[in-house]
Amino acid sequence: MSLLELKNVTLKFGGVTAVNELSLSVEEGQVFALVGPNGAGKSTVFNMISRFYTPVTGSIVFDGRDLLTLKPHEVPQLGIARTFQNIELFDRATVLQNLLVGRHRLRKTTLVEEMFFVGRARAQERAHRHAVEEVIDFLDLQPYRNQMIAGLPYGVRKVVELARALSTRPRLLLLDEPASGLSVEETQDMRWWIDDIRRQMGITVLMVEHDMGLVSNVCDRVLALDGGRKLAEGTPAEVQSHPAVIEAYLGTAAVSKTANATGGRV
Amino acid sequence: MRFHFKTTYDQDIRLFPDWWTFGLYAALLAVMLILPWLIDGFFLGEVTNVLIWAVAGLGLMLLTGQTGQVSLGHSAFMALGCYLCVILMEAGVPFVAAFVLCGILTGVLGAIIALPALRLHGVYLAIATLALAILADDLIVILTPWTGGVAGKFTPEMTILGFEINRWANPASWYYLVLIVAVLVALIYRNLLRSPLGRAFAAIRDSEISAQAMGVDVAHTKAVAFGLSCAFTGLGGALMGLYAGAFNNETFNFLLAIQLLMMIVIGGLGFIHGAFLGAIVIAFLPQALSILSDQFGRAMSIPGLEMGVFGMILIAFIILEPMGLYGRWMKIRIWLELFPFARRDMFRRQKSYLKTERLR
Amino acid sequence: MEFLQLLVSGLANGCVYGLVALGFVLIYKATEAVNFAQGDFMMLGAFVMLGLVNPQYMGINFWLAVPLALLIMGALGYLLDITVLRHMFGQSQTAIVILTIALGFVIRFIAGVIWGHEPVNLHSPLALGDMRAFGVVLSLADIAVIVVTVILTMLLWQFFQRTKLGLAMQASSQNQMAAYYMGIPVKRVQGAIWALAAIVACVAGILYASKGSLDISAGFIGIKAFAAAVIGGFGSLPGALMGGLIVGVIEPFASRYLPPGYSQIAPYVLLILVLIFRPHGLFAQVRTKKV
Repeated sequence: MSLLELKNVTLKFGGVTAVNELSLSVEEGQVFALVGPNGAGKSTVFNMISRFYTPVTGSIVFDGRDLLTLKPHEVPQLGIARTFQNIELFDRATVLQNLLVGRHRLRKTTLVEEMFFVGRARAQERAHRHAVEEVIDFLDLQPYRNQMIAGLPYGVRKVVELARALSTRPRLLLLDEPASGLSVEETQDMRWWIDDIRRQMGITVLMVEHDMGLVSNVCDRVLALDGGRKLAEGTPAEVQSHPAVIEAYLGTAAVSKTANATGGRV
Repeated sequence: MRFHFKTTYDQDIRLFPDWWTFGLYAALLAVMLILPWLIDGFFLGEVTNVLIWAVAGLGLMLLTGQTGQVSLGHSAFMALGCYLCVILMEAGVPFVAAFVLCGILTGVLGAIIALPALRLHGVYLAIATLALAILADDLIVILTPWTGGVAGKFTPEMTILGFEINRWANPASWYYLVLIVAVLVALIYRNLLRSPLGRAFAAIRDSEISAQAMGVDVAHTKAVAFGLSCAFTGLGGALMGLYAGAFNNETFNFLLAIQLLMMIVIGGLGFIHGAFLGAIVIAFLPQALSILSDQFGRAMSIPGLEMGVFGMILIAFIILEPMGLYGRWMKIRIWLELFPFARRDMFRRQKSYLKTERLR
Repeated sequence: MEFLQLLVSGLANGCVYGLVALGFVLIYKATEAVNFAQGDFMMLGAFVMLGLVNPQYMGINFWLAVPLALLIMGALGYLLDITVLRHMFGQSQTAIVILTIALGFVIRFIAGVIWGHEPVNLHSPLALGDMRAFGVVLSLADIAVIVVTVILTMLLWQFFQRTKLGLAMQASSQNQMAAYYMGIPVKRVQGAIWALAAIVACVAGILYASKGSLDISAGFIGIKAFAAAVIGGFGSLPGALMGGLIVGVIEPFASRYLPPGYSQIAPYVLLILVLIFRPHGLFAQVRTKKV
């Protein structure tokens, strides 16, 4: 059984159909990428999985549970974490505090315990702090622990957001353009991390990405979207050479040319 | 400059980062404890007043500074706490029980009132709470059988385990009562900050959408924040009313809520210290002004002078030091610690542009 | 007949609320800020007019004083933007809310020092005559208030819909940086809008003072105007006027038909109900943030 399964999902904003009859399934342990031009509906798919949007028709099932019956804050409880395209960190908190918010779904203490810091509160804090430290180690965030987000450079924030998502101990990680705005070196790091997240932590990754280099390096499976519709699905190589994909990116005329020139490979 | 060489996670969790800081606060507490022997009754009364404002301010700080929700209606909850406490005492409940109960009840009622208001963002919440504060005045009059209406109510006799708390006969007793409440409230506040709930508050302040993506139930957490905030402010209101000796519908009018908000902004939004620093300003400003006007040799009493000057101070702070007194103090401290290596542009604010969430 | 009388006086009051609410909406539309001092702007405008017209001050002819007062208030609004509000550029709504509340206190204080705290009357030709029609007594001031308000609302509405400056103002409110890049002088546009809001407040003030006595706490009707703006939806100019009229009409009817004590809470109860059930006003629509 697939870990995440979307079936015939359609979403409309007013008269615009943002996602049209989309089906996809992500297997446990896969790195799955959504690609496509801007406005293709990739982030919208993420926002439906996060339950910020509700599709008009179709179903979204995670590990046998219907996501559409849940509220947005209940989704992370199942083990789904995400990052955002335009970094949504808690700006006036430190890196450490941001990561600790990631542990919120594992909160066991009651209000009274926290008010007087008695009972499980201290042990729980230690456990959270330890778990977060492991993520900090993994992503090399040691120098930034006590720094405010507001003063950090873009590249670091991107990593902090990834760290925060990892702190939730997810089973499925949604990465919305993890490499956008990163330098070549940072993108390289991101590539290793995604690889390790899958291999060492056993976390399934679903990502939206424009950088085809990154996609073909780390992904098992790619789905190309355009205008809210599925264009092609398969391995990175298959999708890149798919005529419909080339057409969507380069226009019709280019298809025959590139097809002739490269024998179907881009 | 002190460096923290951390060896255990507890160093990030405990209340004070090191022995030095702990020593400072212990010394401060010691001074506060022997204060009645150091200053006369009048100034002790003023310090009591500062602490009362600080308790109420901590309540609003939790909501506005921590959770990012502006309330212009906390005077209503001060009134609620005060009337509940006195009504309970008149019903024969001992003072301590009535006091704790009034805090809890105000908190619960506050959370219930907040539920529909939670859908409101920013300015809309401010306006709704302002309306609430104005309504409170009229509601107190409408509920005259319970509240005494315009005639008001008087502080009943207060005793703790047979020991009488009386402002006139024994100012120190009142001082200690308020000090204990203030320290307890500050401690609870601090405990919340190092717990998941406090971080969830900050998460909501900074980005509701990603708080949700981290599993924070925004509506529920906001209601809890509102409830806790109202509980603290209710305690502050109860202390204020009891300390004044008599109160009626006009004691807790909406200007009080606005003063409270201005106070925490001047003190420093989001800092426990800010509530205390702001309270010092608000409690001593009238004294400072009257001393000043005596200096000018005129017994001038300009109505609105206090609020006018307070407004000007606030404007100056928002423009020049949005982090308030505490923020300024932190900068001075860092400057001193780094001396002579501090650079001017260390504290320069990043230029920001407003981009709204409104599409139309 | 009593019904009609209540309605007319309610409408006239409502127009003043509507005018103040118009000021809120202007600033909100253009800068995304809410000016909690708008009511005090109105009070200040009325006092500036009073200072120009009343014999114990300057004693200028009323009709000559009107443009003068508008000019002074416009200049004051622009000055305020340069000296205070420009420093708030790019800061959060909350900070501006608190700042403008403080500004209101300062304005009230200054007005109290200059003009005293006793209620005074503006020597206005509008305050003199009244008319009778269909058994309803209409004061000249009431008619003037209604006529001026309707005209002003239409003008401002057209201004935002049609003119380049109006569109620039809307653009700069929604994304300051993008507006910059598009060549909109965002700061100057903001200055203009504060001046405009001050002028509208002055008009409201003159009309308010013509209807009755004036004192420095007159600015508190700003709170009722808030109710009006919220009911109408903060982003809509005609909405603000409608909201003002609703609040204005409710008041006299509530005080006529409800037991005393309940009547003055009617507008606020309505405000809270609107906020709960239509949080963005009766006439507006808002979508949530995109991520």
